[in-house]
Amino acid sequence: MSLIQLSDVAKRFALKGRSQDALAGVSLGIARGEIFGVIGPSGSGKSTLIRLINRLETPTRGTVEIDGADIGKLTQAQLSVLRHKLGMIFQSFGLLSSKTARQNVLFALQLAKKTITADDQRRVDDLLARVGLSEHADKYPAQLSGGQKQRVAIARALANAPDILLCDEATSALDPESTQGVLTLLAELNRDLGLTIVVVTHEMDVVRQICDRVAVLDAGRIAEVGSVAQVLFDPQSEAAKALGRHLLPHAPVVAGATETRLRLTYFGEVVTGDALSAATQGVNVRFSILAGQVSELKTGPYGHLIVDISGPDRERVIERLTASGVRVEALS
Amino acid sequence: MTELSQFFSHIDGTEVALASWQTVAMLVGALIFSVILGLPVGIWLSVTSPTGLAPNKVSYGLLSLIVNVMRSIPFVILFILLIPVTLALVGTSLGVKGAIPPLVLGAAPFFARLVETALREVEHGVVEATQALGASKRQIILHTLLPEAMPGLIAAVTMTAIALVSYTAMAGVVGAGGLGDLAVRYGYQRFQTDVMVVTVALIVLLVQGLQMLGDALVSRFHKR
Repeated sequence: MSLIQLSDVAKRFALKGRSQDALAGVSLGIARGEIFGVIGPSGSGKSTLIRLINRLETPTRGTVEIDGADIGKLTQAQLSVLRHKLGMIFQSFGLLSSKTARQNVLFALQLAKKTITADDQRRVDDLLARVGLSEHADKYPAQLSGGQKQRVAIARALANAPDILLCDEATSALDPESTQGVLTLLAELNRDLGLTIVVVTHEMDVVRQICDRVAVLDAGRIAEVGSVAQVLFDPQSEAAKALGRHLLPHAPVVAGATETRLRLTYFGEVVTGDALSAATQGVNVRFSILAGQVSELKTGPYGHLIVDISGPDRERVIERLTASGVRVEALS
Repeated sequence: MTELSQFFSHIDGTEVALASWQTVAMLVGALIFSVILGLPVGIWLSVTSPTGLAPNKVSYGLLSLIVNVMRSIPFVILFILLIPVTLALVGTSLGVKGAIPPLVLGAAPFFARLVETALREVEHGVVEATQALGASKRQIILHTLLPEAMPGLIAAVTMTAIALVSYTAMAGVVGAGGLGDLAVRYGYQRFQTDVMVVTVALIVLLVQGLQMLGDALVSRFHKR
């Protein structure tokens, strides 16, 4: 059973007399312990979707269930308790500028319980150490970099030991280096604490690096859902193709004849093997590599090559490649 | 040197000191009550405003109207209009005591509006993040909105204090005493320019001092 279940959820906003559907009937299940990505261009409804999960927005139609309980039926007090168990981080961090990093993390505990014990104080220090900010505990947000602020926000979101962490464009305001740091941290938290993480982003690269599965959202509807490898390398929808395109290598336009061109995709052990040289051993073909890339998904490494293979034994090479676990597509 | 002392021949130290004391007493007394009265009104305005935590058109509209009406009555007229109320409240409409109720009713609506604005300027993302942490509306107001708006609130108190200085001068005209009274009775009605100069200088000093104190407190609370 899914930990988070959205069933036919729609959200309509009324803006200056005009109403607009941010979400038009979305059903989605997110399993315990996975990092689930929600990707889409701006205006696709992805921020609305994640905000429904902790009821920062209420759906116009449909239900949101967490652990089997319909959160639309909760009272204000029950909702507060739920939110203590549902951490959330934002693009703009949302830290209190009047409190230090330590006070910001402690604040989450103060909201959830009446008295703060020495154990709680220790927990705050542990969390700050966990996100690598022990030295900056007494600084105010204005004295921290963007990446450090997001780390404080993560520590704060984890203060009440939630089962789920919601990330709304959490790395979109960060420079590439800080983005890497935050993504690595999220992946570690998922691995070490079994934290279920929902990541909303417009960047396929974020999804590529940390997600197990991803839903592609387009104009308030789900265009497709699947494993990251599936959505990235074998996209079915135009939306997914558009979002993933720039991550894949492209052959330069000047590289000549395209009728012999192939795209090879391979995963896992094949990456470090010699599939291409093995396949072309002792046969009469010529091949040239036009573009290539080896990179990583959460599930392991992948390789991607654009090659021209020509000659009498071309079909045999393709058979050999397919047999060794390489996905071969003609690019013409 | 003699010319200078001749110019200031009408200055009576005791009277100036007494008037200064009255002005400060009116200011401090009225400021305290203006804050006590205006702060909750300002919070209420901000919370019930269309973009607030708990929008409520009727409540916001009504309170907003009352505040606007109070703010549009010129202070001297408000002072006179309120005489029966003042008598009922403090037993006299004269002196420092009699000036405080009208000063408060003149300044509190002004302060309330400033509080509303200061609270509105708290970044929405911070409020939302606090909501996501499971905070109740009460907790959001007490632990997020007010602390985050603290520099703005202190600036609001400073502006109210300065507005009150000019109100106390007007109150002086209608029997409240203080530096305004001194300036009008001696400086204006008896053509004693030196009294006018000294009282104006003291008022300028007072305003300057308040502004500097306010600014210092604002920068102390500003953690940016």
